[in-house]
Amino acid sequence: MDLLLLLKAAAGLGILGLLLGVVLLVASIRLAVKVDPREERVRSALPGANCGGCGYPGCDGYAAAVVAGEAPTNACPVGGASVARQVADIMGTDASAPEPVVAKLICRGGTEQAPNRFQYQGATNCRQAALLLGGPKACIYGCIGMGHCVTVCPFGAIRLGDDNLPVIDEKKCTGCGACVRECPKHVLRLLPASKLVYLACASHDKGRAVKAVCKVGCIGCGLCVKNCPVGALKLVDNLPVMDEAKCIDCGICVHKCPTNSFIDRARGRPRAVINNNCNGCTLCATKACKFKAIEGEPKQKHRVITEKCIGCGECVKVCPKDAIDMVGALGHAHSSPRTI
Amino acid sequence: MNLNAGQILLGAFLVNNILLMRFIGLCPFFGVSNAVGTATGMSGAVIFVMLLATWVTWVLFHVVLVPLGLVFLRTAVFILVIAALVQFVEMFLRKNMRALYSALGIYLPLITTNCAILGVTFLNIDYGFNLLNATIFSVGTGLGFTLVIVLFAAIRERLADAPISRSFKGYPIAFVAASLVSLAFLGFAGLFGIAF
Repeated sequence: MDLLLLLKAAAGLGILGLLLGVVLLVASIRLAVKVDPREERVRSALPGANCGGCGYPGCDGYAAAVVAGEAPTNACPVGGASVARQVADIMGTDASAPEPVVAKLICRGGTEQAPNRFQYQGATNCRQAALLLGGPKACIYGCIGMGHCVTVCPFGAIRLGDDNLPVIDEKKCTGCGACVRECPKHVLRLLPASKLVYLACASHDKGRAVKAVCKVGCIGCGLCVKNCPVGALKLVDNLPVMDEAKCIDCGICVHKCPTNSFIDRARGRPRAVINNNCNGCTLCATKACKFKAIEGEPKQKHRVITEKCIGCGECVKVCPKDAIDMVGALGHAHSSPRTI
Repeated sequence: MNLNAGQILLGAFLVNNILLMRFIGLCPFFGVSNAVGTATGMSGAVIFVMLLATWVTWVLFHVVLVPLGLVFLRTAVFILVIAALVQFVEMFLRKNMRALYSALGIYLPLITTNCAILGVTFLNIDYGFNLLNATIFSVGTGLGFTLVIVLFAAIRERLADAPISRSFKGYPIAFVAASLVSLAFLGFAGLFGIAF
């Protein structure tokens, strides 16, 4: 009896094991997924930090996306040009280095502009201060200003300015994003190094609430959205969101902003000058210029008021006679000058 | 035991929560509760595997083991079947349902051999549930697992930022926090007269 039970148990388990083994064997053959061999090679060319800087879940995710043709070969910010070249070699496409990015502070509320609402006495560390009612600053969205980013920057590219706002040295910044991840207020953002114009406010509050806590906070009035010539701005949650692919860095939003919430990094901008081709059609003054910087009688040669011209170049686009030239170059903050 | 569906669900979900009252499945409870995102992924895998395992083992137990008089083999058989099943499902998902695979993929093998899964299949048998009640019980247990691990992940995310002395940083404070949460769940004991 006992022996029989033993045999039955052994046979039962044995048959079950065999059955499951066969099922799994068949399944592994029938359900095999072919993995592109390039995926493995792309993966091994990547740094393997799994930082997610490319926007995909880890290096594996990015490698799969590259092979699937969904991701560009140069999206790895850590590997930079050399990794981009290797990946492009594997994929058989042209290598172009990814546009360098730098960290930018999207808050202008220093101690002067955005006061504290209570006196904080505790560890001077943004992350810890943020745990206490969101930090001492009256603006709940703004930079706390205790310099946690300064401590975490592995390249020493950030220092704390006089107004308790971090100042980022773009020559030292490698765009690694360490500060962006650590900032408890998410007011640091990676932007292309060549980007000239961006909004420096993170407050989603309504105008009145912003006014109460910050002098330079975006009140969500939408003037920039209305005046953007290329439709690159959209008001989302009381804050203009910029479509960087569309933005031409013309600077109109910077000058239209009543609260001075935009930052313009251009050192100098060209100015419009009207030449003798002008037949006084008034198109530039009535249709194009948003700053009343062009004056003149109809049928008479028009004139640019230099102090008012911001150099956006909108008038050039509408002039039917090629009568407007842009004089001077767009001085870039850190790279060589370029013209629009 | 006469329990209606609601009592079974609530009992599995809150009163006898698998993590905080039964203390089964503690490895994922501490292993993957670092971030809410991973905790949710893990919970999805747990509910999925728990349900599958319940169905397969319940049928296997009542259709094969009981008639053959091999009830004493259930531990070995259940482990074998659950492991093989999840392996198979993983392959199937990878081939045919890519989206679900990438959502649950890495968590499936992690949960396969977990005591929470095995525990639920045993409890279903021990409580003498029929298939419907067993299904309800495992869904309730899975939801209870989800609730607790997601809540606890949120707590741990805050703990990561809190100024905690070095000797308590990491797992020690996590265990302390877990015991406090467990104490809180003691408040559900005997809720609606459920005690099983």
